Amino acid sequence: MSAADATAGRAAGAILPETGGFGGALSDLFWRRPKVLLLLMLLPPVLWLGVVYLGSLFALLLQSFFSIDEFSGLINREFTLKTYAELFRPANLDIIMRTVTMAACVTIASAIVAFPIAYYAARYARGKWKALFYIGIMLPLWSSYLVKVYAWKLILAKEGILTWFLGKLHLQWLLDAWLSLPIVGGNSLSVSFTGTFIVFVYVWLPFMILPIQAALERVPGNLIEASSDLGANPAQTFRNVLFPLALPGIVAGSIFTFSLTLGDYIIPQIIGTSRLFIGQAVYAHQGTAGNIPLAAAFTVVPIVVMGFYLWGAKRLGAFDAL
Amino acid sequence: MTIAVSFKKVSRHFGSVRAVDAVDLDIGEGEFFAMLGPSGSGKTTCLRLIAGFEQPTSGRIEIVGEQAEGVPPYRRNVNTVFQDYALFPHLSVLDNVAYGLMVRGVDKAQRHREAESALELVKLPGYGTRRPGQLSGGQRQRVALARALVNRPKVLLLDEPLGALDLKLRENMQEELKSLQKSLGITFVFVTHDQGEALSMANRVAVFDHGRIMQIGSPEEIYQRPNSRFVADFVGSSNVLPPDFVARHGGERRWASLRPEAVRIVEGEAGSLEAKVVSRSYMGGTTRLGLDVDGQRIYALVPAGHTLPAEGQAIRIGFTPNDLHLMDEAQ
Repeated sequence: MSAADATAGRAAGAILPETGGFGGALSDLFWRRPKVLLLLMLLPPVLWLGVVYLGSLFALLLQSFFSIDEFSGLINREFTLKTYAELFRPANLDIIMRTVTMAACVTIASAIVAFPIAYYAARYARGKWKALFYIGIMLPLWSSYLVKVYAWKLILAKEGILTWFLGKLHLQWLLDAWLSLPIVGGNSLSVSFTGTFIVFVYVWLPFMILPIQAALERVPGNLIEASSDLGANPAQTFRNVLFPLALPGIVAGSIFTFSLTLGDYIIPQIIGTSRLFIGQAVYAHQGTAGNIPLAAAFTVVPIVVMGFYLWGAKRLGAFDAL
Repeated sequence: MTIAVSFKKVSRHFGSVRAVDAVDLDIGEGEFFAMLGPSGSGKTTCLRLIAGFEQPTSGRIEIVGEQAEGVPPYRRNVNTVFQDYALFPHLSVLDNVAYGLMVRGVDKAQRHREAESALELVKLPGYGTRRPGQLSGGQRQRVALARALVNRPKVLLLDEPLGALDLKLRENMQEELKSLQKSLGITFVFVTHDQGEALSMANRVAVFDHGRIMQIGSPEEIYQRPNSRFVADFVGSSNVLPPDFVARHGGERRWASLRPEAVRIVEGEAGSLEAKVVSRSYMGGTTRLGLDVDGQRIYALVPAGHTLPAEGQAIRIGFTPNDLHLMDEAQ
C-alpha cells in the first residue's frame, strides 16, 4: 500500500484512522455529544437576547413605574402608577388613538394592495418575471429610508408631481375636495394625515407582500381547481379557500406593518400635521422634556396593543393553517 | 343510449404542442369509461376539457346534450376526483364533503346530514370531525370520492384515482368503485396509465397516444383485437410481429399481434416453430419465457405446473392461427 493510498483512506481497513489534530478531536467530540455543539451555537444569541435585549426592556418597564417631579424635573424612584394614569390624559390618549388608528388603516390598506401583487407572484410569475418581482419588491428596501421619505415629501407637495399630474388629468378638483375634508385633509398632501398614510403604506408594503406571497406559494393550485369544480365561483373560492389559507401570511405581514407604524417617529415628523404620534411623543419626552418615565410608559403602549392584536388573531384561528 | 359526454373534432393545443388532436368521442350515460394511455398522450387534458379547466382550441363539447365550451367549471354539473385528492387542509372532513352543497347555499343541518351519508357510502362513517392531514392515503381517496358524489354529478371524473395507493388497497378500491358505479348509475370517466386497471374496471376503453384516440372498444376487443402496433404493445405487452415474419410463417403480409399466453410449448407438431430460450422470469402464477424464433423475439407465458425449459435450450412452439391477430395498420 502506497503512502498516497493511506492518506486518502483507500485500501485501508474497515475503520479509518482518526484525522488527528485539534479539529479532528473537536469533530469527534461534537459527534459524540451533539448537545455541546448546540449549546455553543445558542449561547451567544441567548446571552444577547436574554441579557442585553430583555434586560433593557425590563429597565424600560421599570422606568415607567417611576414618576417625575413636576417642579424640579427630577425622577422620583418610587413605585407608582401615576405615570400610567398620565397616559389617560386627553392629550396623550389622543396621541395613542391617532397612532393605533393610523396603524390599523395602514395595515388594512397594505393587505389590500399587497394581496393581488403577492397572488400574481405566487401563481403566475415564473423564471425572470419572478426574479423581477423580487427585485421590484426588495429594491426600495435597499435605499435609505430617509431618502425615500423626503422623495415622497416632494411628490406630495403642493407644487409636486402628483398635483401637476392630477392637473393634467383635470382631476385637480378631486384632490382639492379631498384636502378640504376634516381630519384627513390639509393645505397639501404633504402636510396631511393622508400623506402620512400614503408614505406609511409605501414604506411597509414589502413587509406585507413577502409573507402573503410565501403563504400563497404553499397553496396547491389544484385546491383552487377543486373548489371551482365543486361549484364555487371565484368570489366563493377566494372567501372559502384562498383567504383562509393565506391568512397566516396576512397576519404575519400585518404584525410587521402594524408594529412598525406604531413605533415610527420619522415619517409623521417629515410628512403630516404637527400632531404627534406615539414614536414622536417618546422621542420628545425622553429628549427635550427629560420625562423618561412617561416616555417609557408610552413605549409600553405598542407592546400591549401588539399583545392584544396577536391574542385576537390567534382566537380568530389565524394560525390554524400553519 | 343517451350521450353523457360528446367530443366533436375537439383539439387543445398548447403553443405548438397538440395535447388533444381532433378527438371524436361519445360516452354513454351510465358507462364506466376508461381513458388509457402513456403520460403525455392527452388523456388527462381530455378529462380537464370535460371538467372545464381547459377550453378546446377548436371543436365542440357537449355534456348531456348541452354545449359546454366557454362554460366555467363551477357551472358544470360534473365533479372530479383529483389525482392527489386536493382536499382542503383547513376544513374538517365533513366540511370538505359538504363544500359543494355549502357553496350552493344548502343550509348547514341539511348539508351535514348529506355529507355524513356520503361518508357512509364510502365506508368512512364518523370520520367527519377529523382533518384531512390525519387520514391515510386510502381514506383521503374515499373522502375525495364522497366530496364529489355528494353533489350527484351527471358525470364523475377520476384522474388516476388509484395511482398513489399500494397494490392491495388498489385492488379493493377497484372493486368498490365498480360496485359503487353500478349502484349509483352515474357515468364514470377515469384516466389511467395502468392497462390492467382499465381492462378490469371499464365497460369501454379508449386508448390514447399523441393526443389521438388509437382505438375505442370493450376491454375484450382492445385486448384481443388491437388495431395497431401501439395498442397491441401498450395493452398487455403483446408480441408484435412484423409483416415479413408473418408472411414467412403462413400469414398475410401484415403486422400481427400474438398474445404471450397463446404461445404453447409443443413436441414436434406440424407447423410448429423452432425456438431458443433466451430468458426466463418467474412471476408467481406464470413464468415468462423470452424466445428467439427465427431472429424474432417472442415472449411466452407458461402457467405454473408445467415443466420449464432451461435457458439456452432449444424447444418448439406453436399457436393456433386464430391467435395470430392481423392488424389494420399497414405499416
